[in-house]
This record gives sequence, structure tokens and C-alpha cells, in this order.
Amino acid sequence: MIENKIIEIAPADLLAKALRYKQDGYHIVQICATRTPDGYELTYSFALEYEMIGLRFLLDEEDEITTISTIFSPAFLYENEIRDLFGVKIQMISLDYKGNLYRIATKTPFKDK
Amino acid sequence: MATRSIVPFGPQHPVLPEPIHLDLVLEDETVVEAIPSIGFIHRGLEKLVEKKDFNEMVYVAERICGICSFMHGMGYSEAVERVMGIEIPARAKYLRVIWSEMSRIHSHLLWLGLLADAFGFESLFMESWRTREKILDMFEYSTGGRVIFSVNKVGGQRKDMDNEMIAEFVKILGGMEKEIRTQSKAFLNDYAVKSRLCDVGFLTMQQARDLGTVGPFMRASGISLDTRKLGYAAYDDLEFEPIISTVGDSYARTDVRIQEIFQSIDLIRQAAAKIPSGEIAVPVKGNPTGEYFMRVEQPRGEALYYIKGNGTKNLDRMRVRTPTFANLPGLIETLKGCQLADVPILILTIDPCISCTER
Repeated sequence: MIENKIIEIAPADLLAKALRYKQDGYHIVQICATRTPDGYELTYSFALEYEMIGLRFLLDEEDEITTISTIFSPAFLYENEIRDLFGVKIQMISLDYKGNLYRIATKTPFKDK
Repeated sequence: MATRSIVPFGPQHPVLPEPIHLDLVLEDETVVEAIPSIGFIHRGLEKLVEKKDFNEMVYVAERICGICSFMHGMGYSEAVERVMGIEIPARAKYLRVIWSEMSRIHSHLLWLGLLADAFGFESLFMESWRTREKILDMFEYSTGGRVIFSVNKVGGQRKDMDNEMIAEFVKILGGMEKEIRTQSKAFLNDYAVKSRLCDVGFLTMQQARDLGTVGPFMRASGISLDTRKLGYAAYDDLEFEPIISTVGDSYARTDVRIQEIFQSIDLIRQAAAKIPSGEIAVPVKGNPTGEYFMRVEQPRGEALYYIKGNGTKNLDRMRVRTPTFANLPGLIETLKGCQLADVPILILTIDPCISCTER
């Protein structure tokens, strides 16, 4: 079994790192948001053949990040998902559902009361 | 000049066993764009980690989907076992292979039946599902359930299969193999079937790679990747190679899935010949601390389970990235340029599982 590799980065480095992985032939596997006391821990997973690498950073609740859907087109689904369900603020998603990817009756994002 | 219109497709449609919505932008009868939306059956299962302890979450993971239920339970259990450094007994690993491959056969036969139903070949639909019924009987005989099995747990398996039962299963699979070979002649050689599948919904190898597709949908475009090669459960001890096609159309996807059924039968035979005797579980002490991304090859492709434990009985996070979610961008691409009449078949050829997608 290939072990997980996770690289900690600054939010500002995301686009440059993602572009580098794109040039190296990786594809996006998923984007995972985890709630932290002040905001979110985001992990972007990329794979090449059987190797998988994660880019990770912490994001304050009020901070915005820029989409990587211009680099990895399938990222628009993952980005819309974490915005719908977690409330992560993401700018310029290539196909922006504006909070309506998940057509659910319950108000999102889900937050602890 | 072509007339442009938007046709809503789903969430309720005869070809869709589960609800998904697509806005199809048409020029006359040609699809130029497809925009999906989901959420009609979102259950928030991932959030239940806050309320259920990590052992109980196996049952929640199983309920993500009624077709891949065994593999969801296994993927979750393997992820927690890796976080906790648990080595399960060899017999449990082989049991996981046998039930996993039974799940794959069941899923692919179900899909073949749905495909036959979609293009109006009713007798072929019934034949596929009649054969599938035998797998469900085998599940019921070995686990007590036909949809939800509850045989996985963190640390191994809850139930064993004795060697007589495994030998009987291999015998039944031999009979099934003959039936499926007969059915596959209709799927792969019938003129009417080929007219609906051949040269429809192309996805090139480069597109499949760029769009992050997984499973038979990806392998039918020539990419030789199968997460089972990572060696979870007992797959390290078994001989197999990913089944691919280089054509990339709907026919290729059908062909890959049919060949995968025969591969699964072979893997069960190999596992039956090699399964060691012994314990099926080890005791689990303590709570998980740490994180792991576990990748499992489900019938529809790679599923990913992320587990993050904080040393308490409740996990900080469980995240499941299912194969259908990964295949949606590829589906959107294959729909571009197709005829409206081909849309139902094309949606089916990714073998969509919306319960998995929405969790």
C-alpha cells in the first residue's frame, strides 16, 4: 500500500503548486474541508498513476481563496461542494452554482449551533 | 440556424434508478452543454461521526449505498485500521476479497440489466437480473443480508465462511459464468445493441485522465489503473491485471464491465484456493489518533475514505469521495455533441450511483 503524503503550504501558494502538479501530469482526486475552531483545514489531493499527494493549509473563516478550476476543470464540483456544505469562500469557480449544487431544503452551510 | 433550448433531465426519469438533475442545453437535438445538480437525497452521513463512535460508524458507512454496501464498510474499516496500526488476520483479508468481488459481480450484473432495460431489450434485462439473484442468495447465505451485510468491523470480520460454503460458492459461480457468457454474446454481438452503444459517447484517454475519471469508465478509455493493485485486503497475493479497452465509447464501457465480471469470478476462485484458516478478527484497544486516506476499488471505480481521529471515540472527520462524484465531469464531457436520444444510455454508461455521490 502506498502511504499518504501530505504537504503543508500557505493558502497563497495553492495556485502555483496546483499549476506545477498539472504540468507534471497529475489529476485532481478530491478536496476535503474539515472544520477547525477558527475556520477550515483544506486538503487538496492530486494523483499520478498510483501515487497520491495532498496539499494542506488552514483557512480563517472569513478568508477567501481562488479557485483551481481554471487549472483542474473537475475541481469546480469539489469547490462548489465545500462551499455549499461548509461555507468555504472561493472566488471565480468556473461553473459557480452559488450555493445550489446540493438542492436540499435545509439551510447550508451546516454549522454547529 | 439551429434552435437553442434547455431541456431539464431528471431528477425523475425512467432510466434513472436514483435522482439526479441535468440541464441539457440543446441546439436542435444535439447536446452542447450539460449542467448537473445533485442533493435530492443528501443525508449528511459524514456529519454523523460527531454522534456515533468510530466502531458504530462502520454501519453508517455501509448505508452510504445499497449496492456497494460491503465495500463502503470495508473501506472505512481499513482506513481506521491503518490509523490505529491494526493488522487484521489473513483469513479476514481473504474474506474481504471474496465479499468484495461478489459485490462487483452483483453490481455489474445489475448495471447490465439496467442497460438492457434502457435500450428496450427486456428479456436480456430479466436474464441479467435472474443471474444476479444467485449472488444475492450467496450474500444472504453467508451474511444473513441481501443489501446490508454488517460483516465488517474495525479489526476484521464479524462472520466467517466455512470452507464447504466457499467451495459451494465457487461451484455456483462456475454455473453463473456459463450463463453470463451466453448473455454477453447478446450485449457484445447483437446488431441492435451495438447500434445503441458503438461510436456513442466517446471519451479519449487524455480526457479521461484530465477529468479525473475512475473505474471502468476510465479503463474503457485505455487507462490501466485499478486501485486493487495498491494491495489492500488480500489483493497483493492474487494475480490480476486491470481490464482496459482503448476505444472509449459506450460499447467499450460495457465490454470492460463484462470482462470484469469474469475477472471477479477468477479472483474468488484464487482466494478460495489460498484462504488460510485461523482467526477472523483481532481485539481493538483504544481510540484512533491520526489520519489516513484509504483508496478502494469499488464496482464504479476508486472510492476514497478520509479518516481523522483525535484520540476520542468520535472521529474529527470522515470524508468519502465516491466514484460517481469523480465521474460527473467525464459524463458532462461525453454528453457534449451527443443526440438527445442517446442521453439516457450515456448517463447509464458511467453506472451512476447517486446515493453514494450525495452520502
